[in-house]
Amino acid sequence: MKRLLSLVLVLGMLLGLTSLALAQGPSGELEIFSWWAGDEGPALEALINRYQELYPDVEVVNATVTGGSGVNAKAVLKTRMLGGDPPDTFQVHAGQELIGTWVIADRMEDLTFLYDEEGWWDQFPQGLLDLLSTEDGIWSVPVNIHRSNVMWYVPANLEEWGVDVPQTWDDFLAVCPTLQEAGVVPLALGENWTVNHLWESVALAGLGPDGWNALWAGEKSWTDDDVVAVWETFGQILDCTNEDAPSLSWQQAVDMVVNGEAAFNVMGDWAAGYMTTTLGLEPGEGFGWAPSPGTDGVFMMLSDSFGLPVGAPNRDATIAWLRLLGSAEGQDLFNPLKGSIPANLNSDVTNPDLYNAYSRSAAEDWASNTIVGSLVHGAVANERFMNDFATVMEIFLSSRDAVAASNAAQAVAVQAGIGG
Amino acid sequence: MTRQQVSPRRVLIYVALILLAALYLLPVYMVLITAFKDPAQINLSTVWALPQPVDFQGFIEAINAFMPNLRNSALLVIPATLLSAIMGSMNGYVLSKWKFRGANVIFPLMLFGMFIPYQSILIPLFQFLRSIGLFGGIPGLILVHVVYGLPITTLIFRNYYAEVPTEMVEAAAIDGAGFFGIYRHIMFPISLPGFVVVIIWQFTQIWNEFLFAVTLTSTDAHPITVKLSELAGGEAVQWNLPMAGALLAALPTLAVYIFLGRYFIRGLLAGSVKG
Amino acid sequence: MGVMTQSPTLFARLRRLNRDRVAAFLMLLPSVILLAIFVYGFIGQTFYSSLTDWSGLAENPVVNFVGFENYNQLFTDLLNVRFRQDLVNTFFFTLFFLVGCLGMGLLLAVLLDQNVKGESIFRTIFLFPMALSFIVTGTIWRWLFNPRGGINVLPTVIGLEPLQIPWITDRTQIWQFNWQDLPKIIAIVIVVTLVWLAYRYWRQARRRAMLYTGGAAVLILLWVLLGGADAVQTTPIPETHGFNVAFVGIIIAATWQLSGYTMAMYLAGLRGIPHELREAARVDGASELQVYRYIILPLLRPITLSAVIVLGHISLKIFDLIFAMAGADNATTDVPGILMYLTAFRGNQFAKGAAIAIVMLVMVAVVIVPYLYTTLRSEHEL
Repeated sequence: MKRLLSLVLVLGMLLGLTSLALAQGPSGELEIFSWWAGDEGPALEALINRYQELYPDVEVVNATVTGGSGVNAKAVLKTRMLGGDPPDTFQVHAGQELIGTWVIADRMEDLTFLYDEEGWWDQFPQGLLDLLSTEDGIWSVPVNIHRSNVMWYVPANLEEWGVDVPQTWDDFLAVCPTLQEAGVVPLALGENWTVNHLWESVALAGLGPDGWNALWAGEKSWTDDDVVAVWETFGQILDCTNEDAPSLSWQQAVDMVVNGEAAFNVMGDWAAGYMTTTLGLEPGEGFGWAPSPGTDGVFMMLSDSFGLPVGAPNRDATIAWLRLLGSAEGQDLFNPLKGSIPANLNSDVTNPDLYNAYSRSAAEDWASNTIVGSLVHGAVANERFMNDFATVMEIFLSSRDAVAASNAAQAVAVQAGIGG
Repeated sequence: MTRQQVSPRRVLIYVALILLAALYLLPVYMVLITAFKDPAQINLSTVWALPQPVDFQGFIEAINAFMPNLRNSALLVIPATLLSAIMGSMNGYVLSKWKFRGANVIFPLMLFGMFIPYQSILIPLFQFLRSIGLFGGIPGLILVHVVYGLPITTLIFRNYYAEVPTEMVEAAAIDGAGFFGIYRHIMFPISLPGFVVVIIWQFTQIWNEFLFAVTLTSTDAHPITVKLSELAGGEAVQWNLPMAGALLAALPTLAVYIFLGRYFIRGLLAGSVKG
Repeated sequence: MGVMTQSPTLFARLRRLNRDRVAAFLMLLPSVILLAIFVYGFIGQTFYSSLTDWSGLAENPVVNFVGFENYNQLFTDLLNVRFRQDLVNTFFFTLFFLVGCLGMGLLLAVLLDQNVKGESIFRTIFLFPMALSFIVTGTIWRWLFNPRGGINVLPTVIGLEPLQIPWITDRTQIWQFNWQDLPKIIAIVIVVTLVWLAYRYWRQARRRAMLYTGGAAVLILLWVLLGGADAVQTTPIPETHGFNVAFVGIIIAATWQLSGYTMAMYLAGLRGIPHELREAARVDGASELQVYRYIILPLLRPITLSAVIVLGHISLKIFDLIFAMAGADNATTDVPGILMYLTAFRGNQFAKGAAIAIVMLVMVAVVIVPYLYTTLRSEHEL
């Protein structure tokens, strides 16, 4: 488990030595901490394999803690950091999860020097760099861009049931009874955090990108009518989901759609990586996608990144790792398998040999759409808010009271200093 | 010997016992059949069917995946058990045969330590281990288990030694034996059953423990319970792996229980203070 | 008195005795010091932390003293509703877990006490789950309670329809009550208990004791009737709590694991009851049922009490089983132990985590301290 087996991927086409290979090879260990285990593993492993080729003297330890969206990993990681035993590098979502948790606690090293050396300032979109930076520096290296607001389905199944892809949540609610009568779950849902994930797509549809951003800037109250309306719609949508949701992982919820038990699923586009890499489905044929209802033209983004914690035991090996994963080469290895698009603007995202139909379409949207940040995946709100938002969701789920949920969310926002 | 009469009442008793036994063994059946299934064969609607064919691949995979953690658990359990047993034996000897003023206060105060929810000491414990450089590794966890094992080991040995007649101790004292002499020549030689009870008890407790393990060790020092919880709580799990893991995690304590059950029960009953 | 004539040897012996006493004390000392620090010192530190606003991951956090604010928030603040539901969860879980273990344990013990063949095999089967880790149990039962597999499809093995029980994914909450009514509910429970006690004292002709308890009951009742209970400050708005049906699966798993323990205790108790006692009752014409009702059960009462204490304190601090079985984030099956772990080690709100831990400690201490006190005192009297 610890040490990966020998290389499988042949990367002969990448013979031209980049600046990476010329660097003096570090040695020692490199412990990479992430929550990409199992089905999400192959992309990270491809990157690690390349790293081992470049730096054979480094022993890579791939420390994964399973649990989607890092729900379990975060507790383990924080415990280790507090215990003065940081891994060499760890996965962290760009945005408030990085800044509001780790940077304000002085746990990260400034990576300005690395961005200078690699010329990365021009290679990443400015909006993304902003999510990684404070006045004092830049704190991690992004490896990908994921989209949160995507709805997945199987085209052939929809045809069979005579259902169109809903353009709005009202459309969806209209077809919901039809599907239920046919014995199909209209919307597949999984464990806790996937409920929050669904909520953010519903909220984006209800508030629009401006309203969504205003919420996080503290310019809009959670008790406004349109926010309350979001909770109401959300409640109606929940009535169209499977009852055993809490026992399912996000993959199992996707499986329901693939197996024809459910019509739709709203999940980030790691679902595309799962369906192509693990399930071997062809994008467009085996599965179809659309922006989640009511969010056409808006790209709700999140980005996985890796940083250099203060006190990392193997600093040189870590910097070499960050160099690789930030480079266009590294991103083109990682992202085709992960289902995400590369963050590095120099990568080869239009190459159909590397990126499948889904990824290419996502890349087009990324270039043309309005960009907003994800709540559940750490971009717009700090973890204090995220933790307490789980309570808000619980209040809603147990009471189904939109006003109570809105009031509670407002209280949480104030306590967590949103926009403050 | 007279043959017992077959009465409807006795039939009913046996039927009830066999049904209940089947109920208690149901999870075991599930573990065994799932652990030896080919992952592709695991289908929610046929979970109760026997594996066809029996697939050892998954089990071997599980052994490989769990081996480092089994090793960690073994490295943790053996020293922690022995140390806490030795200290408990000494404490039990002192508290049963050398009662001093205040012992009646100290003993309950010590005992209280085995009932507390460990959450109530977890944060300072965490900081303390960090400050002495023992956070993250197995030595720190050994220390923790030795300390929090002291109340129960002391209790078991105290109750055990209380049954040694005081006259024996007095006679030895008159013969000139001192504190250590009495322990070495009188108490220790008859302590074997006590040690077996304590060692079995501590072994199962420490092997099965989770809260300290998950908060006080880093990834490479995780004992088996932490690894198992991660695997089972993870994503799109192929359930043959967690089941094989559950089997592996359970085997050592089960073996102890089956072969030394008598002592296990004694430890169990000792946990209720009076025995 | 022959003391004078023996004094040299006695003196030497006393001196040695003193030396031995010192040795004994010194041998005990390391354990005493370790436990003093690791139990009482750390509890003190946790309590202190719970009075501060310590949160965040900083190496040298700025920490302010805030008094009992964290406790106040836990019990009254809107957003800490999860903690209050956790207390309710713990209450119901403890209740049904105890009922399950005592009932099952007694049933098994009585069955095994009927002079059955293969008793040791049966005993081994009923007791083996005790040897397992809660994590193992949780992992297994998580799989068994999968809503679309496991127990639910068991009937299909004999050709029946599968069950549709949602188990731990159930969101149903029954026996709901308003948290604001809690002071009133507790007061009424106390009144009922006191009245029952008074009745018993009256039967025993203990007039004084009866008057005291009865008087206290009347006073508390008056306090409630005059609105005293309503004036106790709880949550600002009405807040519904109740029994989460999702716990049924967890109660079953916990009972499976620990009923063997009560069985072993009861069995030991049954074996300790002299045979003549039962025979005498039978000779007097008591039916088997009556023998149990009037002879055996009363004699087992001390064992029941011990089991209630030991199992009760386990269920009050339950953590691993639910962690493994339902996951840490499944709010319907949350308990204080898990909330404390998440609050302190994932949310990094250490002060609040410490406050939850202290509440847990108090709950356990309320059960354990009187038990230790009475058990050890009766031991000294013996």
